[in-house]
Amino acid sequence: MIYLRLFWEFFKTGLFAVGGGMATLPFLYDISDRTGWFTHSQLADMVAVSESTPGPIGVNMATYVGFLTGGQAGGMAAGVLGAAVATIGLVTPSIIVILMISAFLQRFRDNRYVNGAFYGLRPASTGMILAAGVLVVKAAFLPDGLSAFDWRLPVLAAVLLALTNLVKPTKKLHPIVFIFASAAVGILLELSQ
Amino acid sequence: MKELLSLFSTFAKVGVMTFGGGYAMLPILQREVVENKGWATEEELADYFAIGQCTPGVIAVNTATFIGRKQSGIAGGIAATLGIVFPSLVIISLLAGVITQFSELTWVKNAFAGIRVCVCVLIFNAVWKLGQKSVVDRWTAGIFAIVAAGAILTKISPVAFVLFAAVCGIVLQTLLKKGGVGQ
Repeated sequence: MIYLRLFWEFFKTGLFAVGGGMATLPFLYDISDRTGWFTHSQLADMVAVSESTPGPIGVNMATYVGFLTGGQAGGMAAGVLGAAVATIGLVTPSIIVILMISAFLQRFRDNRYVNGAFYGLRPASTGMILAAGVLVVKAAFLPDGLSAFDWRLPVLAAVLLALTNLVKPTKKLHPIVFIFASAAVGILLELSQ
Repeated sequence: MKELLSLFSTFAKVGVMTFGGGYAMLPILQREVVENKGWATEEELADYFAIGQCTPGVIAVNTATFIGRKQSGIAGGIAATLGIVFPSLVIISLLAGVITQFSELTWVKNAFAGIRVCVCVLIFNAVWKLGQKSVVDRWTAGIFAIVAAGAILTKISPVAFVLFAAVCGIVLQTLLKKGGVGQ
């Protein structure tokens, strides 16, 4: 039963991959080696594709692998079912773990140790997000290394910073507006050239 | 039922608008969930991201489960989670056949060169906003600086930073409270 195996493989991935979407990668390589459901190069393609479609990267990878594996068994509908099964497998462990933590937190919300822990965790969490942001900066401004530096990218960033923070009529706009506007600017100016 | 649908659709919306991985979700969550719906505070978002760093699974999914659970119990947690993965399921299934060609298209590459710059700026703004709520004194400023520098410069696991910060928080709060009583 291919769907049961898909669920189980992604359940294990969801259970052991700690630290976000990219942490699922080594587990996916392992699945590829053991099952032959997909090749390493398909996986590498998927990393590129995940960066150019919406949604969390870990989820996109599970969906794509599920679709490929299910699809081999029999067409589009089987592919969609495979995608759904793999994705649900991936998120099931975290749903269980988070529901338990969430129940615990609700119970001990007024405990001074729990409060103390969060007093320290909040700035740490902010720091880790900033660190992840630095990686994004590298991918955005130096996609092909230092020698291929394109001055138009920091100019776009400066304009966006001003529009989102300083200019009154635009700073309350929804973030997605800026994302689409930047996509349009990218296409018009051929920013990846 | 209405609330479950609202959770599902709001998180589906967040999922569609998340370009570039889980952290790119933060500015969208701040707008949709904190400002528009009032389902969580900035502080709670920081808490959920911290827990998401050291629990299994995708951070975006963990955050959705937390907010859904808080809003409408276990069913809410599941509804929000299904919402956040639904757009990926639809988009990837539709694109699966042509997916490798899709990311090679020139206009797609150009669009994403622009989007990546925008996501940087949005994450920077989101961190700034979060920092105003989480870095509240010199102690929290110290924890922020140590963890940010450590995470940028070393390969230490996020789990270690989370444990370090939690212990620091408990110790500092205990000492600060004692100091307060003594005065």
